[in-house]
Amino acid sequence: MNLRKAMESLQGLLKETWHFYKKTLILVSRGSRIYYAWCFSLLAIIIVGFIFYWKQHEMGLIETNMTDQVSWGLYIANFTYLVGMAAAAVLLVIPSYIYQFKPIKEIVVLGELFAASSIVMAILFVMVDLGRLDRVWHMIPFVGSMNFPTSLLAWDVLVLNGYLLLNLFIPIYLLVKFYYRKEPNWKFILPFILLSIPWAVGIHTVTAFLYNGLAARPFWNASILAPRFLASAFCSGPAIIIIIFQIIRKVSSVNLEDKALFKIAELIAYSMFLNLFLLGAEIFKEYYSGTVHMASFKYLFEGLHHHNELVPWIWAAMAMNVTAFILFLIPSTRKRLSTLNLGCLLIIVGVWIEKGPGFVIPGFVPDPLGEIHEYVPNLVELMVSFGIWALGLLIFTLLIKVAIPIETGEFSHTEYEKERPYLRPH
Amino acid sequence: MSNKNYTRREFIRNLSVTALAGLSLPLLSSCSREEAEDFLQKHFLEMTGEEKKRVIAKLEQRYLEQYGRKFQISTQEALPETLWGYGLELSRCVGCRRCVYACANENNTSRYARQLHWIRVLRLKRGNLINLEDSEHYYTPETVPEKGFIYLPVQCQQCQNPPCVKACPIHATWQEPDGIVVVDYNWCIGCRYCIAACPYKGRVFNWAEPNLPKDEVNPNVHYLGNRPRTKCAVEKCTFCIQRVRQGRYPACVEACPTGARKFGNLLDPKSEIRYIIERKRVFRLREELNTESKFYYFFES
Amino acid sequence: MQKMSYFIASIFLLGVFLTTSAGAANQEFPVPPPPFTEGIFPCSQCHASMEVNRKKRELKDEHTKIRMHHAETMRWCLDCHDAKNRDKLHLYNGELINFTESYRLCGECHGNLYRDWRAGIHGKRTGYFMGTGKRTYLLCAHCHDPHEPKFKLIVPEPPPFRPTDRRNVK
Repeated sequence: MNLRKAMESLQGLLKETWHFYKKTLILVSRGSRIYYAWCFSLLAIIIVGFIFYWKQHEMGLIETNMTDQVSWGLYIANFTYLVGMAAAAVLLVIPSYIYQFKPIKEIVVLGELFAASSIVMAILFVMVDLGRLDRVWHMIPFVGSMNFPTSLLAWDVLVLNGYLLLNLFIPIYLLVKFYYRKEPNWKFILPFILLSIPWAVGIHTVTAFLYNGLAARPFWNASILAPRFLASAFCSGPAIIIIIFQIIRKVSSVNLEDKALFKIAELIAYSMFLNLFLLGAEIFKEYYSGTVHMASFKYLFEGLHHHNELVPWIWAAMAMNVTAFILFLIPSTRKRLSTLNLGCLLIIVGVWIEKGPGFVIPGFVPDPLGEIHEYVPNLVELMVSFGIWALGLLIFTLLIKVAIPIETGEFSHTEYEKERPYLRPH
Repeated sequence: MSNKNYTRREFIRNLSVTALAGLSLPLLSSCSREEAEDFLQKHFLEMTGEEKKRVIAKLEQRYLEQYGRKFQISTQEALPETLWGYGLELSRCVGCRRCVYACANENNTSRYARQLHWIRVLRLKRGNLINLEDSEHYYTPETVPEKGFIYLPVQCQQCQNPPCVKACPIHATWQEPDGIVVVDYNWCIGCRYCIAACPYKGRVFNWAEPNLPKDEVNPNVHYLGNRPRTKCAVEKCTFCIQRVRQGRYPACVEACPTGARKFGNLLDPKSEIRYIIERKRVFRLREELNTESKFYYFFES
Repeated sequence: MQKMSYFIASIFLLGVFLTTSAGAANQEFPVPPPPFTEGIFPCSQCHASMEVNRKKRELKDEHTKIRMHHAETMRWCLDCHDAKNRDKLHLYNGELINFTESYRLCGECHGNLYRDWRAGIHGKRTGYFMGTGKRTYLLCAHCHDPHEPKFKLIVPEPPPFRPTDRRNVK
């Protein structure tokens, strides 16, 4: 008798799951024209990126513009930026959730899904940068030969994958509960939510330590690196969240008050101040002591021996950051949506330049033997990078296309029950 | 990596890797046409004697097909009571670069796309030694030495405290008991973290399949040293591991026309390198980074 | 009988003492043949029948290609080459040595470098440094022309390809 009941409930569960997946497929394949245009253009970029990646995979990394002198380029620059975004997304929404800041409470899940997409992008950027992708199983603990705890890359692999699992588990748990219109078991899920806060700090600190620990590169071997990373992450992550949430507000029935967005912008202002202050501290130290180690800084901000590829970029980034800081500091510009969005765009691009190419490339210029080689990404790298960004955005789009209806209650188990009256709870 | 949980780890490893392989092989075809055996090949330090022999035989077969020469791949272990050290007399280096090309010929490095050199000779103005920022790598005078300049060859310093070994996430590079830092070319995943970590730019990367002309190969190789590499593996000077473990001088020592390069066993009090350290004024590059390099530079005049 | 054995033993011991007391002077180094110009050695094939002229002068008839640039204001040919036996060199105390031992002569003035050469840190050694393999210690004359010892300028090998060189890109 018991067995029969178990079989029946299993059958029921399978049917429910199948219905759920069918409904999600319907959800993601139906939308407005803009939605279709968005998804298909992203898909096109992904396919182009994949084709270019395949060429790189076949011929080797010689297809990129990286050399022995500058051995990390656009891929690792994007990786650094995206890890920061992932960390900031969680760091922003979860404390607000815990402190019951009502306007943000609804969007925790969405923030977490964004963090998950960012981490997927970051991991993909590392994977396309590897020379031998087929040997990546060497990195798996106990199966391969992971150099833990000495190697910071090993730490990075563990914390990033753990963060991804955490950021998939928490939203999925919450969404499943919302789908079944049940109250989540807070005693169960709260420890995980609390864990993801230090873990978010952890992923970005480990990424900073990855660069920090290299005594061979004086540009990176500065203790200020981890605080700078966190400060700049806190600027770029929330900025993109502000823009995403405005889009969500427009295309769905999720209620996001302007107050929430303005609060986030205020946080960005404080982080940008910290970011600029820490940058100022570094610049003072390098320029005032004036040792040989300031060569990389000189290359970045002034140009070194007539090599000045990055100089216009970094000054543009500085201008963008300072402008955005002022826009977010002054309440009137912060509270006006047009200037708010302008500030967000400026920050996203400015921090990308400062933390991506403006951070990775000067570490290699000049190289330990004093050689200067300027690196410019070539078409292969650009296309693959666009492809991965498009993939991340597409993943996020599809995730929230399902998550929002669950949150608003449009897509829930009661629909399923309506079709099968015998399943309604007695 | 001890042998304690050997069979259990091996079982888990083979099971999970086969699962991964089954899922991913269609997507991630290997970089060159290697079989699944290459995919599952173990780390060199974990291979048993039998497995090493099989791998060596497979590689010898492959090199025969590729280069038309019969290779002799040695896996000779470190000699007991040895710690190799190198001495370079800066007053005698004339910057002729014969060491660079002797090394390339001995060690089967790629000749073009990309050309890989394990030794780099820097030219510095007289009056300047430690600040390498003003060095010139690409000098092409008609004759050397040029007046007013000194020459500083740099290669992997085989540090006793190597930052590259610390950085490698998968133990693909390690320090052998006789002090040589080696790379298992079949284990390296090409993340290039070690290249970022090296303060001497001793490590170079095979960005593509190496281009090695058939008539220039050296068939006397060591598995951890100068056997021809494949694409996307890091390589570096190994103090000619295939030579020194048999008591022969490295190729660069033999090539130098002024006799500026010296080599020996640091643990042998009668060796040349010990004589240099005890009687000459030696220094090492970037000593403040505590890498404890075993490459001693010294001056006579 | 006993007297005979004592005599032989003392002759033997004297022989041992004489051969070992030379010490470093008779130390053997595995040197390759000295770098003679082709056909010039043995010198006695010409000089055995010639008169010895000890006057310091510039040579006009033979050996005109040799340019003396080695303390030439203070020394000339016969300060190193033995006047009576041209197949040998002579040390300051008159002892005759072979050309394969010429390092002893160089070491008389260049004592520090000779000491370093004996230890292997000056000059060039090739082959095996350990075990029983063949090794070669080059003579001073193999690198330094004894008449004009200063190293000539040499043509360097080409520089490495720059990262942007055409030959470095697929």
